[in-house]
Amino acid sequence: MTNGIVPAPIAGLPWRLIFLMFAMTGFGTVILYSAAGGSLTPWAGQHFVRFLVFLTMAIVLSRFPLDFWKKITIPAYFGALALLFVVELIGQVGGGSQRWINIGFMTLQPSELMKLAIVLAAAWFFDRLPPSKINSLDAIWPIIALLGVPSILVIIQPDFDSAIAFAFPVAVMAFVAGMPLLYFIGGGASLAAIAPLVFFFGLKEYQQNRVLIFLNPENDPLGAGYHITQSKIAIGSGGVFGKGFLNGTQSHLDYLPEGHTDFVFATMAEEWGLMGGLAVMAGFFFLLRWGLRVGLESRSRFGQLVAVGLTAMMFFSIMINLMMVMGLAPVAGIPLPFISHGGSSFLTVMISIGIIMSIERHPARRQFG
Amino acid sequence: MAARNMKEERGPTSGQLEIRFSRRTALVGGIQAALGAVVAARMTYISIFENEQYKLAAESNRVNLTLIPPRRGWFIDRYGKPIATNRADFRVDLIPERVTDKAKTIKTLGELLSLDKDDIERINRELSHARGFQPVQVKDGLDYESFARVSVRLPDLPGVSPRQGFSRFYPSGPAVGHLIGYVGIASAEDYAKNKDPLLITPGYKIGKDGLEKAFEDRLQGKPGAKRVEVTARGKLIRELSSRSDTPGKPVQLTIDIDLHNYASRRLGLESGSVVIFDCLTGDILTMASMPCFDPNSFSDGIGALEYKWLRQDDHIPLLNKSLQGLYPPGSTLKPMAGLAMLKHGIDPEETVSCGGGYRLGNRVFKCLGRHGPMNMRSAIMKSCNTYFYAMSNRIGYDAIAPAARELGLGQEFALPFTSQRYGTVPDSEWMRRKYGKEWSRSDTLNATIGQGYVLASPFQLALMAARIASGLKVDPHIIAGKRKPAQHLPFPDEHLAIVREGMDMVVNGAGTAVRSRLDLPDVRMGGKTGTAQVRAIKGGQRGQSGAWKYRDHGLFVCFAPVDQPRYGAAVVIEHGMGGARAAAPIAKDVLTFLYDREKAMAALEALEAGWGGTPVERMQRSLDAFIAASRGPTREDSEAAQKKQTEAG
Repeated sequence: MTNGIVPAPIAGLPWRLIFLMFAMTGFGTVILYSAAGGSLTPWAGQHFVRFLVFLTMAIVLSRFPLDFWKKITIPAYFGALALLFVVELIGQVGGGSQRWINIGFMTLQPSELMKLAIVLAAAWFFDRLPPSKINSLDAIWPIIALLGVPSILVIIQPDFDSAIAFAFPVAVMAFVAGMPLLYFIGGGASLAAIAPLVFFFGLKEYQQNRVLIFLNPENDPLGAGYHITQSKIAIGSGGVFGKGFLNGTQSHLDYLPEGHTDFVFATMAEEWGLMGGLAVMAGFFFLLRWGLRVGLESRSRFGQLVAVGLTAMMFFSIMINLMMVMGLAPVAGIPLPFISHGGSSFLTVMISIGIIMSIERHPARRQFG
Repeated sequence: MAARNMKEERGPTSGQLEIRFSRRTALVGGIQAALGAVVAARMTYISIFENEQYKLAAESNRVNLTLIPPRRGWFIDRYGKPIATNRADFRVDLIPERVTDKAKTIKTLGELLSLDKDDIERINRELSHARGFQPVQVKDGLDYESFARVSVRLPDLPGVSPRQGFSRFYPSGPAVGHLIGYVGIASAEDYAKNKDPLLITPGYKIGKDGLEKAFEDRLQGKPGAKRVEVTARGKLIRELSSRSDTPGKPVQLTIDIDLHNYASRRLGLESGSVVIFDCLTGDILTMASMPCFDPNSFSDGIGALEYKWLRQDDHIPLLNKSLQGLYPPGSTLKPMAGLAMLKHGIDPEETVSCGGGYRLGNRVFKCLGRHGPMNMRSAIMKSCNTYFYAMSNRIGYDAIAPAARELGLGQEFALPFTSQRYGTVPDSEWMRRKYGKEWSRSDTLNATIGQGYVLASPFQLALMAARIASGLKVDPHIIAGKRKPAQHLPFPDEHLAIVREGMDMVVNGAGTAVRSRLDLPDVRMGGKTGTAQVRAIKGGQRGQSGAWKYRDHGLFVCFAPVDQPRYGAAVVIEHGMGGARAAAPIAKDVLTFLYDREKAMAALEALEAGWGGTPVERMQRSLDAFIAASRGPTREDSEAAQKKQTEAG
């Protein structure tokens, strides 16, 4: 690896990954520059600076050994739970839903931290669970408990989207950890069965509307369906090569709402077209492939599960966001990693990358058992 | 318990789990890649196969095509003087679907434009009925300062649209309401018919009544267009291109607008109509009907109270009395009857002695006086019923009715007015058709003196006068242009001359209208008075007193100059009690105006001083009083009324 010119610690960095992230964030910065009408403020500049800070942090995190992550799992989980309680209390005092805590240079969304903590906690649990117990009930209830408590807290907020975001990586982890296939088939079937019940009794009216409007956006051309319609117009009008940098009208004339956060992909697609879209998707493909590979190559069960879990978590955000902007999923407040302007979710992604990098650096001994 | 579990369900080993992990992770990766491919395919579909559709959608988002309403063609009179024009106008509209906070927006506009309660009520009402883009007028006819006040506040008033445009203006005000009609905002039904976006463009008005409606196509013109780039909130970014409007074509009427205005004013406090024809061509010179609404207030969008005020008036300002008012013509039909009698061999010199009435069977038909021996000329002059009873009884009404029709009574005319009423000329056949009974001699007697079943509009009476005066079967015209020469009436000139001599004597001899002879050196007017009963005479009480609505109508048909007739006219005054008393003096002044404007104006101004000013002034006072009465007097209202008055002045 070392060739003598660059010092070993630098040469040892996963340069391909870093380059990929630079490319994606750089593209995100260019899009945010355009979204602001050709200006570094208020989004593009901050976005890139944040990335540099988060990247440094991720590289630092990658130096921590795997045991460190195991050790902090339980305190991290309960810490995130405590923060969720805190926002819940503040939110109730404030009389509405509150999901953020102001920590000075950015606002922190505890549910974002909880996403990480849940993945770590689930991996920690499966790592400790004796292999023979994986088919037993003993394997199920702790998972349900560690998923259930934070889910209930965010559903109360109400933030149903986060609850699903918690559940998805945990389900993937449980699957790859080796839980019986029957659970997933049965679970899928029962989800399909209770979905209508959840829809009618579990969701708030505005959430129900989002689903209904997703199914039929024309019913509400000026309300929530407007987002989906305008997003599709932005993407579709871009064509193959787009309208050109700074030439998007949907975003510049404010037809596209949230063009710098949740709908940033549409802003991009209008100016860069299908080519830009495929490039972004390719970037995510390489990133996620890297994450899964790290999992597959890790010789530590904890590392394997964390890498797959965090990758699943990132995949979920990316996929929901892309499906949303293309009208394949209901509108949910989920930003696009590296591209969307925003603090908490970007931080979560970069911490995840840091942890996966740490797993990559510390593949551990092959365990024989 | 643990031991039992161990036996019953032997779990996988760590090695098995390791293999499961690898396989399942690969499967997860595969599923993720597949989902990624679905999204990529979806995007490809949207940006390639639906590209065209979304391009159009993006373009229609971006570009807002604003139509510039065309200026409406003018109405001008026979000498080119304007009757209906356009005035530059600053206006403010609301685009309902862009308004975010209705209450706040209306409140702010109310303060900026000092809208009164009536306006705000109307805006709220129209806003609740409005469909999407159809603009709701807040106010037009603004001065530049109010307009600018709203314009600078635009950023915090989404949906408010200040515009500069043109609005219809009628210099003659209420005088031309019935003649020209009025314009107004197209209704939802109008728009539903052909979906023309021009119809929902703010400031665009279409003809709603009268000639404005009849000549809509000609007056309309072609709209201009302005393409502008706008943001989602409707903020204008830049102008892309524009095309100016093509104004509508003017319509020239046969009306003499000065004469028409004079006639309208001269009707004064009465409810009635003045129609004057050029009796050589059939051109309508005047068709005044008063009281009337002011078409200017209709084109501004009339207030609910103002409309109520018009509706409650017992003089019916919403009815065009010239064309739609039907009256028993009374004695004005006697010259016509004379023509019919001459045609049927009655010697004009034969006398009938009037002893105050005519006995038919056991019933006596009364005359207005005891006239003694009467021939045709003197019977016309004195309006002697007895003479006409006797002669008509001799020839029968079926001999008279055709003459009435020759002169235009009961006839339909091809005029561009939406509603005309044609009256009735009865005869025995009509009686059978309508009532299934036989025509009686007493019916003849009644019809001859213009009572009973006979009904005519002032317009028809004027046409009758014009035809008798010229001897030509002229057709009525309202649109200026060349005419085919009219044919002669089927009455010999000698007959016409006899009748005209009788009419000359009515005014210039010892007739019923001698007080209304023209005060002009070389122009004489001939005429015939008429008094039409509104209800049957009971116990000797004639319609000369009592409640206004039961009084007799006063009518007068006339022509001038007697020696070489040029003008034929009719004046009808509802409940004016008598033709000589109410109608003839008006005819005198109006015809005087044709020859000596100064003299006529002097007479009018003296009268208007007693009536309380011009029609516009009187209407405004009446409206203010009505508004004050219907709301109860508050300081706010009197201030608003005062403001309105100063604006009007």
